[in-house]
Amino acid sequence: SVTYASPGTILIDILEDPLIRNVIILQIVLQEVRHRSAPVYKRIKDAIHEKEKHFYTFTNEHHRETFIEREQGESANDRNDRAIRVAAKWYTDHLAKKTDGGSLKVVLLTDDRANKEKAEQYGLIVYRCEEYIKSLIGNPELMDRLALQPDDQNEITGSKLLFPEHLPLSRIQSGIKNGMFLQGTFHANRDNYLEGKVFINREGEEINEVLLQGLQNLNRAVHQDVVAVELFPKERWVAPSSVVLQDDSPNDEDAEEDETENKLKGVPSDPSVLKPTGRVVGIIKRNWRPFCGMLSQSMIKEATRHLFTPADRRIPRIRIETRQAANLVGQRIMVAIDGWPKNSRYPNGHFVKNLGSAGDKETETEVLLLEHDVPHQPFSQAVLSFLPKMPWSITEEDLKVRADLRHLCVCSVDPPGCTDIDDTLHCRELENGNLEVGVHIADVSHFIRPGNALDQEAASRGTTVYLCGKRIDMVPELLSSNLCSLRSNVERLAFSCIWEMNHNAEILKAHFTKSIINSKASLTYAEAQMRIDDGTMKDDITKSLRGLNRLAKILKGRRIAKGALTLSSPEVPFHINSETHDPIDLQSKELKETNSMVEEFMLLANISVAQKIYDEFSECALLRKHPSPPPLNYDILIKAAKSRDLNIHTDSAKALADSLNNATVENFPYFNTLLRILATRCMMQAVYFCSGMDSDFHHYGLASPIYTHFTSPIRRYADIIVHRLLAVAINADSTYPDLMDKHKQSALCNNLNYRHKMAQYAQRASVAFHTQLFFKNKGIINEEGFILFVKKNAIIILIPKFGLEGAVFFDNKDKPSPHLSFDSEGPTLKVEEHTFRMFDKVKVTISLDASNIQHQRIRMALIEPVIPGVSVPVPESEPEAKKPKLDC
Amino acid sequence: MAGLELLSDQGYRLDGRKASELRKVQARTSVFAQADGSAYLEQGNTKALAVVYGPHETRGSRSKSLHDRAVINCQYSMATFSTAERKRRPHGDRKSSEMSLHLKQTFEAAVLTELYPRSQIDIYVKILQADGGNYSACVNAATLALVDAGIPMRDYVCACTAGFVEDTPLADLCHAEESGGGMSLALALLPRNGNIALLQMDARLHQDHLDALIEAAMTACKGLSKVLDGVVRQHLEEVSVLTRD
Repeated sequence: SVTYASPGTILIDILEDPLIRNVIILQIVLQEVRHRSAPVYKRIKDAIHEKEKHFYTFTNEHHRETFIEREQGESANDRNDRAIRVAAKWYTDHLAKKTDGGSLKVVLLTDDRANKEKAEQYGLIVYRCEEYIKSLIGNPELMDRLALQPDDQNEITGSKLLFPEHLPLSRIQSGIKNGMFLQGTFHANRDNYLEGKVFINREGEEINEVLLQGLQNLNRAVHQDVVAVELFPKERWVAPSSVVLQDDSPNDEDAEEDETENKLKGVPSDPSVLKPTGRVVGIIKRNWRPFCGMLSQSMIKEATRHLFTPADRRIPRIRIETRQAANLVGQRIMVAIDGWPKNSRYPNGHFVKNLGSAGDKETETEVLLLEHDVPHQPFSQAVLSFLPKMPWSITEEDLKVRADLRHLCVCSVDPPGCTDIDDTLHCRELENGNLEVGVHIADVSHFIRPGNALDQEAASRGTTVYLCGKRIDMVPELLSSNLCSLRSNVERLAFSCIWEMNHNAEILKAHFTKSIINSKASLTYAEAQMRIDDGTMKDDITKSLRGLNRLAKILKGRRIAKGALTLSSPEVPFHINSETHDPIDLQSKELKETNSMVEEFMLLANISVAQKIYDEFSECALLRKHPSPPPLNYDILIKAAKSRDLNIHTDSAKALADSLNNATVENFPYFNTLLRILATRCMMQAVYFCSGMDSDFHHYGLASPIYTHFTSPIRRYADIIVHRLLAVAINADSTYPDLMDKHKQSALCNNLNYRHKMAQYAQRASVAFHTQLFFKNKGIINEEGFILFVKKNAIIILIPKFGLEGAVFFDNKDKPSPHLSFDSEGPTLKVEEHTFRMFDKVKVTISLDASNIQHQRIRMALIEPVIPGVSVPVPESEPEAKKPKLDC
Repeated sequence: MAGLELLSDQGYRLDGRKASELRKVQARTSVFAQADGSAYLEQGNTKALAVVYGPHETRGSRSKSLHDRAVINCQYSMATFSTAERKRRPHGDRKSSEMSLHLKQTFEAAVLTELYPRSQIDIYVKILQADGGNYSACVNAATLALVDAGIPMRDYVCACTAGFVEDTPLADLCHAEESGGGMSLALALLPRNGNIALLQMDARLHQDHLDALIEAAMTACKGLSKVLDGVVRQHLEEVSVLTRD
């Protein structure tokens, strides 16, 4: 049968099912969907492009027989509904005319009751989606994907209105215009479900952040929605609460919330900490996506309505209807929100997909990737079709246009186990006594031509994502680990940046060229270091490395003198068991001279290339900048240093670098590292941008007036663009329209920045997950740590050995909290008699708290200093005894 | 996802045309009795009226006249009611002066001016309704008016615009496409020998696309020339029927 779909509900989850085929989607429906939700529109379009599904669009608005004029007094919606009916009718008649199409029937799907009745009168076969899906027997799973219907809800939600009505869009718009309301993006508080913030993104507004407290005022806003807020008068402004509240009421009742609301209000507040406070009056744009999480089964055994708890704590729990609850318990599932009626405590949603059992490494990785919006599907056939055909070799053509550098003694230095080698180096003495230094980067842009599916896929992925024991490639493996990887003793295409330097590391000449190289050795940092240190080795590679190392030291010295920062991060990577992929031990990153040697030349190449492409394309060069942080960011750093009687100057990067270098405390060697870790947290995020759209190019951290990314095209898309720009600049390639369009470039930069940020978060989440696995296997551990931050009710502790950060909370639910007094000047926290200051050394026990399978976390409890009633005794190795007293 | 979808996946434009499809063109000649030649032309919703006087003795100062050919004097104007916003449009504002100049250049390339030394040909065009492609409507109307006036030309001058959306050239842009799609190229063609009388574009376009765009505009112009030719022939038939006896 042929099916017509009409809008009115979020049908897409059903339509995407492979079971549903032969669907005609009217143009008018498509337009309506486009108007309502961009992501759904995209998914429908994808479904249409899939050949096996037999989805087609019918441009009914441009067809003589099906176009209708809007009648007098008819609303636009009614007119559209009528157009759908007319089109369906026409199609029925059209098919009837065909002799062989006699058995084909047209079914119209709609969820609009009035439309259905009229269609029936009109002589069409019409179903509501629910009826239609139910008629497809034996597919209970499909049933679950139906959106919950608003008119079905009365039975469960009761008639009590929990939320104020949202204002219509027209009133919101006029309200925003005349200043009554403010528009902004809603950010829910991760730790307190009754609180959130709206960031006002309009320029010239005095208030750029509005605090929202309480369910009523949040008024059904979900994290990332664009909302309109109304400010309260100053008397009703409150301070953000620093308590941790989780929505964990056990059942689906729309329970009275007064009690918890009161918890919020009891805080006495002095006027200085009061923040502009307001309430949500309407939603301008929902930003709902499918959420990953777990089902909390209903108390009633046979119930079909259950609450779903998303993995992201900023998303409220979602009520879904399913008949397979028993199967879904303990599984990670995906759920989409359909709507949030004003009489319902929770939003309504429907089941989308089962990801696998929770706690499972595969499943958790999948969740992590989905939650961070990392594209990780295998590459499609269309993408793979643009790969070079194997066996691949260098052609005559390549030899003609490229510099032949195969005779040079080029080598690569990378971390162990690296298969995507994108940079190699060489250094040799010239006849005139100067040095020639070359950085050779994999010529990825030779293989990825602009505009094809491979290019588009890489642009959308933006970056390769490295998780613990897993890599999600930006380009297919054939390129990333083979053709583009500059492995030793094979001929590879490269993009070379060659300088002539004197022995003082001053650049005399810079030269860029496409080339062919043959790497002589792929070394690890340690191997390279060994060669340099071993005086007996006198071969070309070693000589080249020594030359590079010497120059790198000079370059680094010069860079630091200019005010480049050396910062620190506490990350500690894992040793992964190669068979089970379980983490077995932590490896501390040991920095060798060779690390910084490679880094130094990469920086040099990046800066040289940035200058070159900016000179050539002042409007559309893709650059990278690192804005200097606002002075307020340094507050915590200055206070922390003061607690040890040290002064940190933050007027400039140079001053900061100098004072960080001088900040040492006797008998406390780790202090400087701690300070640097703290300084890292004060920094802004570095971003890509298009030179035509911005005027501030400065890179604060590197103290360079201009910077870009050139050296890792295998794993970053930005580098591919930079390669293309540089290729044009040296007449090795031609431009293409999108490369020269600064608006398109700018849009690309936004995507790249987003992908990089998400990749970073995903990486961190993956490390956190593996840390948990590690501690699960280890049981309880006692470890020394330092206080990194002092909060009102907790101290944040860093364990240098594991690079692990955790909080020790001092207030708890079940028993009276100890006496706490917090001084924000220090900042210090006095617990009973003991005062905690930043950077104090403490001893804690570390264990894994698996009580909440979705949010397993590392739990820390204080052992030393001993505070009666707060600290715990040193635990025995008996795992069952690990009941930490402290609860957050 | 803001903005209009100028070209849908199915290959339809906002008004249901395919990418290379022209708007419906309707025209009449000899709409005024007192002028030497006149024409009224509709290109979709764009409506233009053209009137031609001459060739006649040079008016105003003698110094303007040329000893070896005729002077072409063009004046372009828009009716106050021609756009969505009602607006008084004084003569000689920058936009219409520019348009007048373009028209003048176009017709200097097409009219056999050397046949009328020391004389002048006046072409007045008025846009009655503006829905994109004003220049091309004016050129097409003026061509008909010149034919009506019996002024010898090398060929019909046909003009058409073309735009570029999602790597596809669109022929004969309407107002929504002109204002929402970024760029538009206007081209006036002498179709028989393929000479270009005027080519005008004031937007950035990558060179790779230019050929495709000009090609699309030229094809559109050739299509238009058939329509104009049909109009002229039909008019002649009507007139000859009336004057047969």
